[in-house]
Amino acid sequence: MFYLDKDKVKPHVCEGELDEELLESINDWRGRYEELERKARDPRLKRFYAAGIASAETPIRDVPLLSLDFETTGLDPARHGIVSVGCMPMTLSRINHSVAKFWVTKPRRALLDSSVVIHGITHTQIENAPDFNDIVDELLEEMAGRVMVVHYRGIERAFFHEALKNRLGEGIEFPVIDTMELEARLHRYQSRSIWRRFRGVRPVSIRLADSRKRYNLPWYRPHDAVIDALSAAELLQAQIAHHYSPETPIHDLWV
Amino acid sequence: MQAEHLEVLDFLRPYPPFRELPDEELERLAAVVEVGYFKHGSQILEYNQHVKDLHVVRSGAVEVLTRTGELHNRLSEGGFFGEGGLLRNGRVRYPVTALEDSLIYFIPGKEFSRLYDEYEEFADAVEIEDRERLKRTVSRTRKASDLMTATIASLVSREPVTISCNNTVREAAELMTAEDISSLLVHNNNADLPVGIITDKDLRRRVLAVGLSDQTPVSDIMTEGLVFVESHQRIFEAMLIMLRRNVRHLPVVNKKKTIGVLSISDLVHYESKSSLFVVSNIFKQNTVEELVCLVDDVRGSFIRLVEEDANSRMIGSAMAVIGRSFKQRLLELAEEKLGPAPVPYCFLALGSMARGEQLIVTDQDNALVLSDRFVPELHDDYFRELAQFVCDGLDACGYPYCTGNIMATNLQWRQPLAKWKKYFSDWIDNPCPESLLHSSIFFDLEGVWGRTDYADMLNDLIRKRAKRSKRFLACMARNALNRTPPLGFFKSFVMEKDGKHNNSINTKRRGTAPLADLIRVHALAVGSKRRNSFARLEDIHEANILPKGRAADLRDALEFISMVRIRHQALALQRGDEPNNNVAPDELSDFERNNLKDAFQILSNSQKFLRFQYPMGLS
Repeated sequence: MFYLDKDKVKPHVCEGELDEELLESINDWRGRYEELERKARDPRLKRFYAAGIASAETPIRDVPLLSLDFETTGLDPARHGIVSVGCMPMTLSRINHSVAKFWVTKPRRALLDSSVVIHGITHTQIENAPDFNDIVDELLEEMAGRVMVVHYRGIERAFFHEALKNRLGEGIEFPVIDTMELEARLHRYQSRSIWRRFRGVRPVSIRLADSRKRYNLPWYRPHDAVIDALSAAELLQAQIAHHYSPETPIHDLWV
Repeated sequence: MQAEHLEVLDFLRPYPPFRELPDEELERLAAVVEVGYFKHGSQILEYNQHVKDLHVVRSGAVEVLTRTGELHNRLSEGGFFGEGGLLRNGRVRYPVTALEDSLIYFIPGKEFSRLYDEYEEFADAVEIEDRERLKRTVSRTRKASDLMTATIASLVSREPVTISCNNTVREAAELMTAEDISSLLVHNNNADLPVGIITDKDLRRRVLAVGLSDQTPVSDIMTEGLVFVESHQRIFEAMLIMLRRNVRHLPVVNKKKTIGVLSISDLVHYESKSSLFVVSNIFKQNTVEELVCLVDDVRGSFIRLVEEDANSRMIGSAMAVIGRSFKQRLLELAEEKLGPAPVPYCFLALGSMARGEQLIVTDQDNALVLSDRFVPELHDDYFRELAQFVCDGLDACGYPYCTGNIMATNLQWRQPLAKWKKYFSDWIDNPCPESLLHSSIFFDLEGVWGRTDYADMLNDLIRKRAKRSKRFLACMARNALNRTPPLGFFKSFVMEKDGKHNNSINTKRRGTAPLADLIRVHALAVGSKRRNSFARLEDIHEANILPKGRAADLRDALEFISMVRIRHQALALQRGDEPNNNVAPDELSDFERNNLKDAFQILSNSQKFLRFQYPMGLS
């Protein structure tokens, strides 16, 4: 594990698209938060970073987590918007589903008919929904001090960053545990050998529903932000139980 | 209502106890659920840890263990646990581990307790679950200690408290109060073993209710004629002795010393209450009509025994004891009605009842052995009426008339002892097809009322003579080959040896009956005194006349076929259908089919062996 020269990360803090690769190379998120706290201009962001985050060596069992899911109008943060957000706090041993939060937000960009079909949120609901900006306070409060759990890190972090950049002129960074990536570590990196590809062995699906099945987790209706957050939360508990340990330091898991 | 709550709500709704709740409570509940994942093999609850939530299995399966690590229960999707601790002291009573990878929903204990207090149906559903588990525990415990092999010694918890027969009842009462017990053994100073027992009830009934002085000696009110059991006897035997003798206390003896008293309540944990209580109820009924009212209880106790995982030997014995009790009570009532018998007699139970292998579908096979002082012209009116009364009563109580007319109402089977001895001697010395048909019924006989020593004499005669008569045994052997098992199953059919298919199989005619016939031949050949097929197999095994392991195979085959038959009847009763012996292959699981096929194979091979042992030429 190498540590990135902080100067190289700097340009990405406030402007431009989020550079996933650079974020993924951050190991010391606690140090990064301290730095971001100094640099942030928006008081809400300052508060968020000031709450701190677990040090890299903290065992996963002691790390407060927040399972987070955004439903969006598409996959490109530059062109698509956020229509709903679901999240719930959790630890390795328990998912606090009872205090889950859910918001519908009004994306600045048009809602495509095709995405209505996917997450079942209609134009009417969206018309009456607040702007993402109005939920940021509450959402950041939920996220403060916690490491986020997502299934596929390309969405939540990128869309959040983009949404804040557009509204506040500065983006956001936070560590995530990506359950899809944990699944890929198991099935993709090892199993896609040349020999297996040659023999036509199909890669194992690492989509949320398929991954869950492997751990004997029940089927849930997909594409509702809170259910997806619950799904990812349960999947993470299962993954750690099977392939890691409660003692696994968080830096082995977060990106 | 949020969508993910809907997911939880939809999950909980169909399962007890949640399905007893109104929608608004379910919605509320769905919103407070928390979640945790447990890998296969991991511990979910540890013994004595604090339990704060009701646990519901969302997916996977868990195993509930007893403190000592024995299996208590297994739960799958929708099953719940932890309620025991929540309802009592907040501590886990039964540790739980994940049998599969499992997702558990946690419902806060506060919510659970509130629902438990507010909704009676919810509480009942929780309790029912609890009772079912307890029932299972009892049956597991029983398995662990094994009712059939665990000895009475394991139930004796304290030394007996005794009193001299010279003491007064007042002293007895004081001693019982001081020791906090409900019975005392009474000894006289010379004998090693106690001579009687007094109980709370005796003090009430025989002293207070009749106004005796508290200075009355204990010996005046004690119950004499104690029935002793040996500490090495099995719990199961103790239960049967209580059932048979209708006593509630058995002093337990070890090396000629009394080491304790076994009471009926000690056994209630081991045996379904019901069959013990059905028996005691039978003796409380005063008319045939009242006895008829107990039929449902008999069926209920049969079902309960099946649910409690009792084995076929136990169920067969319990049902036989119940059947015998009906006979005994009917005979008591008959004697009340007709007056005392003009000459002594013995009422016989025959066939499955005598073997202690009675089930719920059974017709009555019985007979009367009369004293040799019997003079038909003088006495037969009485015994005909007696027989009629008893057989009619049995028919009314669910033991239909014997279609083969093997009943005491038939003059042929209402004869003096000397005549009966002649019957048996003839059957043994000159076997003919007709007599052989009788032999499978008459050679299993038991005296249930009156001069049971007549029955003992007949049994002695059978045992001594049959063993010596090769010809008779050969005929019995041939008779035992008349009914054969099928080959196995194919799709939804019973497959016969000739390849024909049938829709169902008569598990008695094609399974348990030919097994009992076969076992009887061997038992007669080795001079076994016993009547129960399992007991006979023990004697046959001892005598070493079968190929190695065959006796054990036969025992397993008999047990398995009997249990299929028993479960089939219990299911019919539960559905409200009339039970029968015909099992359709569709009712059987693959596991049962495979095992049944094996059992049939064992029977078939044993029949071949019997044919080889008793070649036709000899007959």
